Amino acid sequence: MSFSGAKIIQPLCIRYPDTPVISDQAANRITTSSPFLGSTRTLRRIQSVSAAQRRSASAIVAVADVVKEKKLKSNKNHLLTKEEGLEVYEDMILGRVFEDMCAQMYYRGKMFGFVHLYNGQEAVSSGFIKLLKKEDSVVSTYRDHVHALSKGVPARAVMSELFGKTTGCCRGQGGSMHMFSAEHNVLGGFAFIGEGIPVATGAAFTSKYKREVLKEADCDHVTLAFFGDGTANNGQFFECLNMAALWKLPIVFVVENNLWAIGMSHLRATSDPEIWKKGPAFGMPGVHVDGMDVLKVREVAKKAIGRARRGEGPTLVECETYRFRGHSLADPDELRDPAEKARYAARDPITALKKYLIESKLASEAELKAIEKKIDEVVEDAVEFANESPVPSRSQLLENVFADPKGFGIGPDGRYRCEDPKFTQGTAQV
Amino acid sequence: MASIFQGVGAATSLSSSTSIDTKKFHFCSRRSRSERKASFVVVRSGGAKVENRIGGRAEQLVTNAVAAKADTPTAATVSKPGHELLLFEALREGLEEEMERDARVCVMGEDVGHYGGSYKVTRGLAEKYGDLRVLDTPIAENSFTGMGIGAAMMGLRPIIEGMNMGFLLLAFNQISNNCGMLHYTSGGQFKIPVVIRGPGGVGRQLGAEHSQRLESYFQSIPGIQMVACSTPYNAKGLMKAAIRSDNPVILFEHVLLYNLKERIPDEEYVLNLEEAEMVRPGEHVTILTYSRMRYHVMQAAKTLVNKGYDPEVIDIRSLKPFDLYTIGNSIKKTHRVLIVEECMRTGGIGASLTAAITENFHDYLDAPIVCLSSQDVPTPYAGTLEEWTVVQPPQIVAAVEQLCR
Repeated sequence: MSFSGAKIIQPLCIRYPDTPVISDQAANRITTSSPFLGSTRTLRRIQSVSAAQRRSASAIVAVADVVKEKKLKSNKNHLLTKEEGLEVYEDMILGRVFEDMCAQMYYRGKMFGFVHLYNGQEAVSSGFIKLLKKEDSVVSTYRDHVHALSKGVPARAVMSELFGKTTGCCRGQGGSMHMFSAEHNVLGGFAFIGEGIPVATGAAFTSKYKREVLKEADCDHVTLAFFGDGTANNGQFFECLNMAALWKLPIVFVVENNLWAIGMSHLRATSDPEIWKKGPAFGMPGVHVDGMDVLKVREVAKKAIGRARRGEGPTLVECETYRFRGHSLADPDELRDPAEKARYAARDPITALKKYLIESKLASEAELKAIEKKIDEVVEDAVEFANESPVPSRSQLLENVFADPKGFGIGPDGRYRCEDPKFTQGTAQV
Repeated sequence: MASIFQGVGAATSLSSSTSIDTKKFHFCSRRSRSERKASFVVVRSGGAKVENRIGGRAEQLVTNAVAAKADTPTAATVSKPGHELLLFEALREGLEEEMERDARVCVMGEDVGHYGGSYKVTRGLAEKYGDLRVLDTPIAENSFTGMGIGAAMMGLRPIIEGMNMGFLLLAFNQISNNCGMLHYTSGGQFKIPVVIRGPGGVGRQLGAEHSQRLESYFQSIPGIQMVACSTPYNAKGLMKAAIRSDNPVILFEHVLLYNLKERIPDEEYVLNLEEAEMVRPGEHVTILTYSRMRYHVMQAAKTLVNKGYDPEVIDIRSLKPFDLYTIGNSIKKTHRVLIVEECMRTGGIGASLTAAITENFHDYLDAPIVCLSSQDVPTPYAGTLEEWTVVQPPQIVAAVEQLCR
């Protein structure tokens, strides 16, 4: 059963008090020096602060330097090239438009069950995944549509999967919460939180194994494990932090801290809400970054992924982000304070990147509009494709239960059950 | 009228009791399906007396059965080439051969490396293959099982050892959700060729949590196969087959069987994961069993043969899926079924097997299926209570007598 349970019955008249999400005390605490690049960072204060104040209290010193340069309005030192900028922008627009289309399709009865949308968190997915190679792996949770799209899974395949058609990336058998792609190394898609982190650790272990045991000297594949703030209280998280640091596995643990686990505020669930701190406790750097700013995420990601690729071990990155929609399409989202939502909506990562690209003259309004138009067409095409695709036939029912179908055993007549051509329909007795 | 049936030949097979001279027994047990109350005639001519070894602790019985095999030089064993080893060594041999053959095969678990495995199954392998290939993990079953699954998805073939099968309860999330399901939910894109193995079953006063019978807990998980080994021969063969299989396989070993000695062939052999093993052909009743209970059954078989019965004993080996062909053929011959298992009564392997047999072979049965399982109780520590928890040979004898009335 997924953690996103049945319809949440909300008590009336409860509003989350308008207090800062992270207390003043925490924010003013003396900054600890994280071993990450030997730099110090200040934990951001998440309250209504002015933009200027916000910029000065931003993440890592290394990035802050670059950010200061950005403020100088110089054209010479951009955080990324035009191509990279447009690539990232396109990816974020794809994520946003796709998820909005999912909501539409859900309410029109084209997809069912639990659908968890990623609106607002695009900076994390695009910031990290666009730096990966095709052979690198990504492991996600049930909020996995955009991770799959960023990694390169075609929008058609994802939409078909959501519609439950055979042309879906998992033949319609996985659904929203189980996006897999062997071609693009997307290892799921997991409904239970925390369940994917050991799988990601295993993928990183394989990378190390290939290099050291199988002697594939150039194997430097990195694995990214995405999960949320709720998962950071789960045993599997801690067990894997330990093993990854112990064996210096090439993995980056990316916490998408959107402050809410369905209706449970991160502060109500966690003794020490600063998740990045749990990294050094296990012997790896812990980094906190503004997850609404794709450029900042990208800088941190570059360093973490580079670290892993060089064999220096894992990193724990906590991205402070926010989901604009409810936990899932079934969540009425009544617990979150509208003022909090408004604050984060003002920090929409797509708007921020657009502003940056235009102000730094990396792209023109027209070019960005063209990208948006192109993505609209891609998503429309995906819907059309999914609509026209066939539903799975009965013969598909038992086809993929076993990699080796001999596992269904020997029937009373002495033949293997899988030799019966009608067996996969599930009519034979097992 | 007496005629000699196949039962005679069975006496000289390796794994049956060898201290009985069954050549002296003649049976007449031909019965048609319609004969519900036919009795059989036993003609004994000059039957030799056989020591009744029933009594004493269960472990002594097991040891006796082994000693009988090794001590009694029947024509079959002496002329056979091969080498003698203990069951845990057979497992290691199979494991080592597969690791030699395929560099992607690796082992992970607690104390499998430097310690050599809590039951010595992996002894010496870490020195030979290195600490990464024989990985000593921290005590985090759920996570290292998940790690093995992730590694399998990316091309490795891990063998995940639970120091005791009971510890794998902590890994149930990963075994059920990821091991069993990922091939399906990914639409066939990823395969999970893991082997999950470890010792289980009721031992010698190990206490409730170390004496668990977990076959039934895992059996409903779609997408996994389960096998149970019981002799050095089938331990090695099943280990190799499980490693070579692209499906996730759970290999159940038994704490008390690791020191069984047997002579196994020098040549390489791989057994079939889905097949059952005919231990002792017979005519009167089909006894289905697996793992340690096989030895209790064979002990009871000695007594039964004395009393003139001719049981057919099948070690089902494959707990999921059942080999309904071997089982079915046997039922069509004997028309009576007794299941002897160490699993609990409720929802155990025997319960599933009873259902499967009833569904498929109901017409061939002359009597209701009898299932002897261990009690639905956490294994007690006290020796006497522990003995009464599992099925003992006298109960098996009584059940057969009841069944064949």
